[in-house]
Amino acid sequence: MRHISRLRILCAAVTAASLALAGCSGNEPKGGNAVEILNVSYDPTRELYEAINPKFAAAWKAESGQDLKVNMSHGGSGKQARAVIDGLSADVVTLALAYDIDEIAAKGGKLATNWQSRLPHNSAPYSSTIVFLVRKGNPKAIRDWNDLVKPGVAVITPNPKTSGGARWNFLAAWAYAKAQNGGSEAAAQDFVKKLYANVPVLDSGARGSTTTFVERGIGDVLLAWENEAFLAQKEFGEGKFDIVAPSVSILAEPPVAVIDGNAKRHGAEKVAEAYLKYLYTPEAQEIIAQNYYRPIDENVAAKYASTFPKLNLVTIDGEFGGWQAAQKKFFADGGIFDRIFTEIKR
Amino acid sequence: MNTLSFIRARHLLIAAALAFIALFLVLPLVSVFVAALQKGLAAYGAALIDPDALSAIRLTLLVAAIAVPLNIVFGVLAAWSIAKFDFPGKSLLVTFIDLPFSVSPVVAGLIYVLMFGAQGWFGPWLQEHDVQIIFAVPGIVLATIFVTFPFVARELIPLMSEQGRDDEEAALSLGASGFQTFLRVTLPNIRWGLLYGVLLCNARAMGEFGAVSVVSGHLRGITNTMPLHVEILYNEYNFVAAFAVASLLALLALVTLVLKSIVEWRFGYHHGSAKH
Amino acid sequence: MENALSSPLQMSAAPVRHARRSKRNRSVIPGFGLTMGLTLAWLSLIVLIPLSTVFIRSAGMGWADFLAAGFSPRAVAAYTVSFGTAFAAALVNAVFGLLTAWVIVRYDFPGKRVVNALIDLPFALPTAVAGIALTAIYAGNGWVGQFFEPLGIQLAYTPVGITLALIFIGLPFIVRSVEPVLEDMSAEVEEAALSLGANPWQIFSRVILPAILPSLLTGFALAFARGVGEYGSVIFIAGNMPFKSEIAPLLIITQLEQYDYAGATAIATVMLVASFAVLLLINLIQAWSRRRMNG
Repeated sequence: MRHISRLRILCAAVTAASLALAGCSGNEPKGGNAVEILNVSYDPTRELYEAINPKFAAAWKAESGQDLKVNMSHGGSGKQARAVIDGLSADVVTLALAYDIDEIAAKGGKLATNWQSRLPHNSAPYSSTIVFLVRKGNPKAIRDWNDLVKPGVAVITPNPKTSGGARWNFLAAWAYAKAQNGGSEAAAQDFVKKLYANVPVLDSGARGSTTTFVERGIGDVLLAWENEAFLAQKEFGEGKFDIVAPSVSILAEPPVAVIDGNAKRHGAEKVAEAYLKYLYTPEAQEIIAQNYYRPIDENVAAKYASTFPKLNLVTIDGEFGGWQAAQKKFFADGGIFDRIFTEIKR
Repeated sequence: MNTLSFIRARHLLIAAALAFIALFLVLPLVSVFVAALQKGLAAYGAALIDPDALSAIRLTLLVAAIAVPLNIVFGVLAAWSIAKFDFPGKSLLVTFIDLPFSVSPVVAGLIYVLMFGAQGWFGPWLQEHDVQIIFAVPGIVLATIFVTFPFVARELIPLMSEQGRDDEEAALSLGASGFQTFLRVTLPNIRWGLLYGVLLCNARAMGEFGAVSVVSGHLRGITNTMPLHVEILYNEYNFVAAFAVASLLALLALVTLVLKSIVEWRFGYHHGSAKH
Repeated sequence: MENALSSPLQMSAAPVRHARRSKRNRSVIPGFGLTMGLTLAWLSLIVLIPLSTVFIRSAGMGWADFLAAGFSPRAVAAYTVSFGTAFAAALVNAVFGLLTAWVIVRYDFPGKRVVNALIDLPFALPTAVAGIALTAIYAGNGWVGQFFEPLGIQLAYTPVGITLALIFIGLPFIVRSVEPVLEDMSAEVEEAALSLGANPWQIFSRVILPAILPSLLTGFALAFARGVGEYGSVIFIAGNMPFKSEIAPLLIITQLEQYDYAGATAIATVMLVASFAVLLLINLIQAWSRRRMNG
């Protein structure tokens, strides 16, 4: 009865399959000695949290006796926030900008809207800024923002609609142009239009852009997170790229938050909160600085002062009236970014 | 038109076709292996036994092990009902079965987000009962079943239609039950077609990227299938590892092609049962 | 996928023939209710109900909003890129796929079996793998791209790159559609035409092409449909520039990532309707070719 036994196997497989399908249901609350949390983060923090997680797990083990496993998910900041809104059960989010976490609070109901006041420094345990990464020796002599709009300069930056870093890039360029032209918004818009007309590839995330610039050899300058620029230098050899600091840039504060609704469901509120608070400790700040993020702890900042040049930085609140306003004005559908692209359309 | 110029034209055509295939098919395949072995065998091996890579391999196997059998069962049922019976609306039904072939993988992922996402139809209910579908294994399985849905059915329907129902009717008139008839008469008749469909179904199930990417959530070591893991490694500047995992998938593709060719040569099976 | 290409062809023909033969006696074969019930249930659960979400969501938007989201200038540009590159790739494949099928069917040469097996590589190779491999080859510093870079021609990150990826994806659809028809055509017809003094071009255009046209069109439509929706292999090599090298499936994802579900579903609806249209077209081609063969 060869066929029958084959059929049995088939039936068994189907049954097993349905069971597996029914049985898989996310992170159950884990009792006893093991605990898991999920940190949903943006693109360039892979190396940072890879370094932080084992340190915190050791600290947590010492404090509570629990074995902690931190699961990670990385992607463009907007994409990650969207996934959390759609039900990705993050216990903590560590994203590129406050607007994305605001959206989670507004749409998911899993997070209080005053989340940003719950941790020090607007819930941003580290900061960064936007710099230029150019090819060795800076062959196109790119020194500042106005060099980016010259004809024949190819600029690599991701899509601000999906990438957090790209939104900081856009706003930094805007702030520069506005200041240069005596506060004229029309001149600023014209400037960013020229800048984006020089962009040959618009990746959806910061990592995609770095790969395009570094690995595929496209473009003369990459607008990048400072940490990403340092990392690219480190990964691909010091000699291949130079970092150029523009005269004006923007203070980027990537915020963090516990997603209460999910953490409560997983029974992981305590560890999730401790995880984020740990980021503010000198030990973590040291790791943060080593991964090229600007630490907020003054002692650590002083120690790494030579790594991070003092720049003239505008802030999102001071220059643009906060993320809600900036998002609406620049990046919403029909906003300035859409308009300049409709005009650029070649 | 003399013979010589015909031979020359023939060589020219063969050369053109081979050049096209070399440029468009062979070169990409070779480049995967070259890039994977760029830093030597040690780096290649290390990339494959990385825990995250292993868990991606495990997940991919699990997803295929669930999706493929379900599609086998469906494919046989559908082919039986469509090929052995007449009913109105048959071609509409066949068109519906074909749909997943022409739907963009991204849309395939999107529909499950609209159904099971927290903002979707069943989202609130699922959350209340703490059931996770998307951003977990069930969602990946569902998206995979969707994109591989027609493979087995599409192989079997023409085959079984072509074979008609005389064999089955004879068996039934000799007193066999319907189920016995299926096992002893139909199944042996369609086995090569079934195997053929399963091979391609499996290749797609293990290799699907777009649909799975939308519903995965990209949790390292948890919801990353092999194709997604390739993308992640690629984004981590870890090109050797990315291409190493990609080369495993390419090997899978080659094995699929070899098995498929064996079915064709050894058993004289022509897909689609084309008895022209 | 294999079956997708050639079976619609044979498939639609087979049941019709069958139906004609067996209308007379009702089937004695059991299990219709059971298998049909299960088929419909499974089909509804996995395909129809999930797909309906897209239409229902779009229907809830109202016409004005739907048109604004589904046919915004950027969306229209993305359709142009997706449909244009898919069409160009299918066209290239129609020429080279036909050539390849011809060579495989008519000529013997060493390694023919290997070549024949390789044709199906794009069906078996995961699209993401194809994507990174093609990008590595066609980028300015890649194996092929380096020869075009000095000429000022950029392959990757332009619509040309997208087309190259879609040529890879679409090749087997054409070859496998045309192959069985070429196999059926005996060389005698061509020899007869030759002996009557026809030149090779006349033989091709008057004898071969008319015979294979329906299958060539079917293969073309299948390759085109696949190309329009393709994501994995294209996403690495597309430049993603709005209005220039942004494909429609990427725009869906972009809309989702901006929390714009309405925009995403509107574009998805347009693409779904296009898929239906192509499927319908394939059916019409087959009906036409059947009619032509019978009449």
